[in-house]
Amino acid sequence: MTTMTAQATQVYQVFIKATPEEIWEAITTPEFTTKYFYGTAVESTLEPGTPWKAHTADRSEVMVDGEVIESDPPRRLQHSWRALYDPEQAEEPYSRVTWEIEPQENGTTLLTVVHDRLEESAKTAASVSGTGWMHVLSGLKTLLETGKPLAG
Amino acid sequence: MNDDDAVFKALADPTRRHLLDRLYERDGRTLTELESELEMTRFGVMKHLRVLEDAGLVVTRRVGREKQHFLNPVPIRLVHDRWIDKYTERRVAALSDLKKRLEESA
Repeated sequence: MTTMTAQATQVYQVFIKATPEEIWEAITTPEFTTKYFYGTAVESTLEPGTPWKAHTADRSEVMVDGEVIESDPPRRLQHSWRALYDPEQAEEPYSRVTWEIEPQENGTTLLTVVHDRLEESAKTAASVSGTGWMHVLSGLKTLLETGKPLAG
Repeated sequence: MNDDDAVFKALADPTRRHLLDRLYERDGRTLTELESELEMTRFGVMKHLRVLEDAGLVVTRRVGREKQHFLNPVPIRLVHDRWIDKYTERRVAALSDLKKRLEESA
């Protein structure tokens, strides 16, 4: 087994049996994100230049802080990312997350998450790799396809 | 062929598993980089990468003039959730039941 150095650009992709609009809603509204995004409520007006924040479900704490860079519903959302749930990651510079939503011919939609600009943010890179984004994407797929959150 | 079939087929080859291991160590590699570590023609490596791409295990992105290859672990996770968790859970549950019974009878 080799050791893994977390990557400065990470790409995650999943096919989901849902429409681009459904996926857009699921990634931008707190009612959905609390069910698969580590229980956090994502809040944003989605206007470029305004905040993108993932709060704890009770809104008492901000877990991830960012700003909307680009928003093109229901195809593309880009925002910056700084994890506040861990003091070491909170000291690292902002990285960037891009959500790309592409409808396919067979009724499924391809969702790609690119987390990049992690060159100076090794702790963040390590934290979001491994189960990090995978947990989010498999949970989102399960939620949209079955209506139920992923168990456990 | 369904999604799981494509993943199992892609993993059922040592060269393709080797390519995934290389990308696991460091991804964003170009075909030329991946090819340089294998005793195989460029065409052969391309063919294997294509199978991995079809299974969703490798995602390519164009960065400037380069085509970079990224490891996408999500399909393996989905296969894990579907095929591994299910069976290991039962075994773990059986063991914990056994433990409970033994402790109760002790």
